[in-house]
Formats: sequence, C-alpha cells, structure tokens
Amino acid sequence: MKILTGNDLGSGHVVWWDGEGWSRHVSDAVDVGDAAEAILAAEEAARRVNASYAISATKAEDGTVRPDHIKDRIRALGPTVRPDLALQPSDPQSGNWVI
Amino acid sequence: MYQYDQYDQAMVDARVEEFRDQVARRMAGEITEDQFKPLRLKNGLYLQLHAYMLRVAIPYGTLNGRQMRMLGDIADKYDRGYGHFTTRQNIQYNWIKLEDAPQILADLATVEMHAIQTSGNCIRNISSDHFAGAAADEVVDPRPYAELLRQWSSFHPEFDYLPRKFKIAVIASDTDRAAMRLHDIGIQIVKNDAGEIGARFYVGGGMGRTPMIAPVIREFVPVLQMVSYAEACLRVYNRYGRRDNKYKARIKILVHEIGADEYRRQVEEEFAHILTLGLEPPAEELARIQGFFGNPGLVDGLAEGYDRSDPDFAVWVDQNTTPHKQPGYKAVVISLKPAGGIPGDATADQIRLMADLAEAYSLDELRVTHTQNIVLPHVKQSDLYALWQKLDEAGLAAANLDLIGDIIACPGLDYCSLANARSIPLAQKISARFAEPERQRDLGELKLKISGCINACGHHHAGNIGILGVDRKGTENYQLLLGGSEAADTSLAQIVGPGFSEDGIVDAIETVTEVYRAQRTEGERFLDTYRRIGMAPFKEAIYG
Amino acid sequence: MVDHCLRYRDDEPVGDPAVTVDAFAEHGNATAVRIEPGDDARMLLPQLGRIALIEINFPAYGDGRGYSAARILREHGYTGELRAVGDVLIDQLSHMRRCGFDAFAPDKPITQEAADKALATWPEVYQKTVDGRSPIWALRHGR
Repeated sequence: MKILTGNDLGSGHVVWWDGEGWSRHVSDAVDVGDAAEAILAAEEAARRVNASYAISATKAEDGTVRPDHIKDRIRALGPTVRPDLALQPSDPQSGNWVI
Repeated sequence: MYQYDQYDQAMVDARVEEFRDQVARRMAGEITEDQFKPLRLKNGLYLQLHAYMLRVAIPYGTLNGRQMRMLGDIADKYDRGYGHFTTRQNIQYNWIKLEDAPQILADLATVEMHAIQTSGNCIRNISSDHFAGAAADEVVDPRPYAELLRQWSSFHPEFDYLPRKFKIAVIASDTDRAAMRLHDIGIQIVKNDAGEIGARFYVGGGMGRTPMIAPVIREFVPVLQMVSYAEACLRVYNRYGRRDNKYKARIKILVHEIGADEYRRQVEEEFAHILTLGLEPPAEELARIQGFFGNPGLVDGLAEGYDRSDPDFAVWVDQNTTPHKQPGYKAVVISLKPAGGIPGDATADQIRLMADLAEAYSLDELRVTHTQNIVLPHVKQSDLYALWQKLDEAGLAAANLDLIGDIIACPGLDYCSLANARSIPLAQKISARFAEPERQRDLGELKLKISGCINACGHHHAGNIGILGVDRKGTENYQLLLGGSEAADTSLAQIVGPGFSEDGIVDAIETVTEVYRAQRTEGERFLDTYRRIGMAPFKEAIYG
Repeated sequence: MVDHCLRYRDDEPVGDPAVTVDAFAEHGNATAVRIEPGDDARMLLPQLGRIALIEINFPAYGDGRGYSAARILREHGYTGELRAVGDVLIDQLSHMRRCGFDAFAPDKPITQEAADKALATWPEVYQKTVDGRSPIWALRHGR
C-alpha cells in the first residue's frame, strides 16, 4: 500500500494521513493509491503538514501498518534506543518490528 | 571567560527577534518551507526523524555554570529531559517544537548563548582545544583568537551563502586535541623565532565522504592580520568553490583540484588587497578579549598530590584527569560514555549537576569536547575525591577516557534524517562487550568512532577503529576501518574489507583487539602496533 | 527599466539595458553591465569609471558569489548603481546592502516598508565592509 507521512508544522510531530486528516499513529494510515500528489499538495499548501512524502507500506492481518523502509519504521516508533520515549507504552517486541 | 558587552548582547537579541518574525511568517504561510529552511538552519533548527532538532552553539566549547544550568533547564522545559553533546562541541535537542524555538533562543540569550550559524552554508561555530587555558603545553590560550574569529564570522555579510558549510578550529599546542587539520580552516597559534605570536593556516581539511588532511597554506600570519587572512581564504573559496555538486562543494575539493600552491597564490593576491582596506580589528580589541581569559582564579603555591587510598577513585583519577599548567590542579574529564549508554547524552539533572560542580570545583568553567565528554578544567587536586564521589553518585564517573568504551557516535538512524544505519545501538553493544574495566585498561588507548552515514559526523575516518554504517538493500550494514587518528599525527583510517551485520561487527572488533594483544610490543598503543604491522594481520584474522 | 526596483540612491535610474560581461569587454561603449554568478567581477575593474549601472544576478538566492562580486567592485572604487536582481528575498537585503548594493530588483516584489524594516534589523555590525558603518570593534575603542 501507498501511505503518506510528514511532520506537523508547528509541533514537528511525525504524522500519517488517515484519509481525513493527520494521525500520529502509523496504523491509522490509509492507502492513497494514485492520489498522493494531490493530497500532499493541498495539505502542504494549507500548512496542515510539513516535509511530507509518500512511502510504501504493508498492512498486516491484525491491521497494523508497517512502512517498508526502516527509516519510516523508526519514525513511527521513536528512537529504538529510547523505548521509554515511544509514542505508545513501550512494548519489548517493538524493536523487532523496526528491524 | 568572555562576557558580552552591550554590543554583543544587542546582536544576539536582534537575532532572536528576527527569528521570531521569520517563524511567525512561516506559520502564517507568508513564506514557504523552501524559503524558510535556510533561515531556520542558520539558527540551528533542523527537521529530523521525530521532530525539529535544535543545535545550540557553545563557542570553542567553553561555558560557565549558569549557561550549563540553562542547557539543563531547556532540556526539561522544551524537550524531553535530556540533551546530546556533539562532536562539534555543541549540544543538540531532539524534540523541539517550531512554535517554541524563538522562545528557546530568547532564553539562551539571557545567558549569552545562541544557535547562530550552527547549520547552513556559512561559517559554523568555531571549535578549539578543550583544555585551552589549562594545558601545560599551550603557547597561549587559543580562545581569545577563536572569539575574535567568532565575532568576525557572525553575520558576515559576504559569507552567508557559501558553496557549503565552513568549519574553523583554533588551537595553540603541538598536541592537537581538536582534530584541527580535519577542518576547512585549521589555525595553530604559534610563536616564531623572534618571539612574536602568529597564526599558521591549514586550509582544506575535512571528513565527510572525501576525507582530506589540510595542507599548510601559510606558516605564519602576524596575529594582527589573522582576520584579514581568513577573509582572503574565504573570498577565494566563495568565488571558486564548486556549486554544481553538493558533494564536491567543500573547500577541501577546491584546494585539492587546483592544488595548494595555486590556492595559496590566489589567497595571497587577495590578502594583499584586503590589507589595504583596514578590516582588521586593532590590537586593543584583541587585548580587550584577552582580558577575559586571564587567570580565572587559580591559586599559587598548592601542593601536588592527593589521597589515593580508595582504589576505585585511583583508577578514575589516573584515567580521566590530565596535568594542569598550574601546580596543585588537574583538568578533569567527565565521561558521558557509561557502559551500554548513549554516547554524549546527558539528562537535565546530570547537566545541572555538572553546572553545580563547575561552580563548586572548577572556577565556574566547563568545556565540551569533540569526543562528546565534558571537562572541568581547573580542579584543585585536594578536591578531586569529593568531586569524584558526587560524579559517581550521578552515574558520571565512568573511568574510560580514550579507552575502547569512550566511543564517539553520531545520532545515526535513531534520530537523523541523513543516516543510513543506526550508530547508537552499536556503541551500546561494543561498550557493553568491553565493559570490564581491567580489560579496557589492558587494551589501552583505543579511539573508536562510529558514523551512521558517509557524512562522518562520528569521525569514523579519524578512529583508530572506525565504523561506517551503510544501507545495503534496506538493511543496516557496517564497514570496519582501521588506523585513523585525529591527533597531531593525523591519519585517515582505511577500510578493512566487506561489511558486517550489527553483531558481526562487534565480533570483528573483538578479533581486532585480540590481534593487537598478540602482536603488541612493550608500551605500544593500538595505533602504534597497527602502523608497524599494517592491515594484513588484522584482515587475515577477521576474514581468513 | 525594471518595474519593481527599490533604490537607496538619489540619482536618476539608468535606463540603458545591461549587457553581459563578455559583450561589455568586446564592444566597450555600454554603460550598464550584468554580472552572472560565474563571471569574474575583477574583469570590470579597469573600466569602472564609465559604468553607471552594474546588475548582479542571483538566479538562486543560495548562490552567494554575487556578494563577493559586489564588495570587490566597491572596494575598487565603483560609485555607480549596484543592483541585485533575481531571487532576492527580504531576508538577504541587509547583507546585500552591507556588501555595497544600493538597488534591488527582486523577482517577487518587496515593499518599501518591509525593506526598510529588514535593513534596520541589526543595531550594529561586527565587520568593516564597504557600507561605511563603523564596526563594533571600532565603537568599542572610540575609533
């Protein structure tokens, strides 16, 4: 699947396009198909996102979305060396999800 | 230490207001990200993997307790309770909000600090010897010269849009503790046969993807022409430095392509012209600045020696302190490299504690080293034990200075948008593998440096053992290099062979240390043995 | 003539079209020249006296060669109009003025009010350049 990501302009938070707005949780990301360019242009122009781009990802059976590239998985999770700072309560397995 | 006067303060305050206005214009949509990016970068504000990152300048790595305390407070108030000390002798915060950035700069300005020119294609924060003012071997304290250059390079109207970033280091000892020849301009303050002070200019060094050691461009520039000579060096670079390819835009490429002799000829021609313009600050200005770097309060007549009866203390004091030019004192290095820890990271509480300790024990001075440690430069030997106890309680007494556990590591793919691989987990694994103190000390001086991409922020080219993280078809892979040094005997490390996985390279490093132990002769450091026996025995043992 | 030009000099704007540095060297009767980033401003030094307008083009604001070109011309005594053209943004005006520019013709117009505000950003300056301002080191020592 093709998903969209970027950072919130003011806070810098990593965000993912959920079909209506920007979520901080990667598993809210939706497949945008061919619409990536149009959505990003509109959202950047409205300053609802900054430094945005489209990436490939895979949806697992349990509904979690896993970006194909490690860099975006680290963005989704937080620094692998500081699980205490992860967006969601730290899960010992999360490091494996990244690698 | 240097103190701002009303002029310095007004410049920093003006910068805060300028940036406040620029951020407001960006938030309101009056300027695009493309237009805003170079403006925020010139204030040290990057957009990294998780948030904005702010790099705060610590000019020539020197700061006082009040400034250090502010760095701790900023970590709590605007970040997530910690900061990262970098190879540029600066500090970075990883979780900054754009909305907060102008106020952070305003807070910094209250303690005579800023983030000016800590990024962008301009003259960056000037680095120096972290033992300046304390080192027994210095000709003079190099920091007044660095401060003179700081003021000259701040908001320099001609050199704000150079082909690429530009880094200057100033030292004043034959022992290079600042990787001076790996800078765009390295200046060594020297004394000539007539006893006059001058500046030896090395130009065109650097790390990055094409590491080069800077050649001497002029042996002796009279000290009251130093700024003019630097101006000439920059002008020739601004005119001819390549702008067609970002990776060939540093001055090292220009000096390499046209040759040191031709570059020197052009600089001398420009220098002769610049001397006619009267751009150089007068002797009174240098004297004014030097007035701030006089005796910070060192007392005469103290005895040498201290009670070494606590064995843990004795180990630390032997490893982490160095001789001071004043009898009865030592310079202390606080290692930010606990076994299994994140190199260069310190919590807000640790930062504030180090501020307190500087005030109590080091004449209110601290230094940040390019090896990502903190120095208390002026500690009475009679205070060493009390200081050590307080550091130990706070987890800041790792006795591993210049040992294999004292690893330099860039933030890597855990934080950095340029990285190809993670650096920190590797540093953690290596320092954990070699955590046993006796084992580290048996291996002796061994400088291990890790970069997560070829931009080389982790100085892997200059590591006795260097590691370069690369992306191999989407997985992290690590190349091993041997034989680099950033000291006066500067050399560039060479790649050993095919790369490794994360665990593989930890094993390979262990193999390298075993070869060294088997081959070393009496008193030989790792680097000495490597230089004597060459790459082959190591390669054989690793891949054989 | 350029539509949107901010000028910080009192004489009448020069209306002549600016020619390239090469064309100027060949023909020699033009009074207005346009310098591109790759041109060496020092080529013009022998004939500065008969030039009334030098335009320095910034195709992209990030290419800073024009700052050195401007300063070199002023350092060698050029007193005619020195105009920055192209991708000239408000945040660069102050530095440009310090390097000797006294006219600006940006691709995207800048209002006089915004320009005046930008030029007043810095209360004092650290370097001596060609703009006649006393640097901070001179003020400190009563020079």
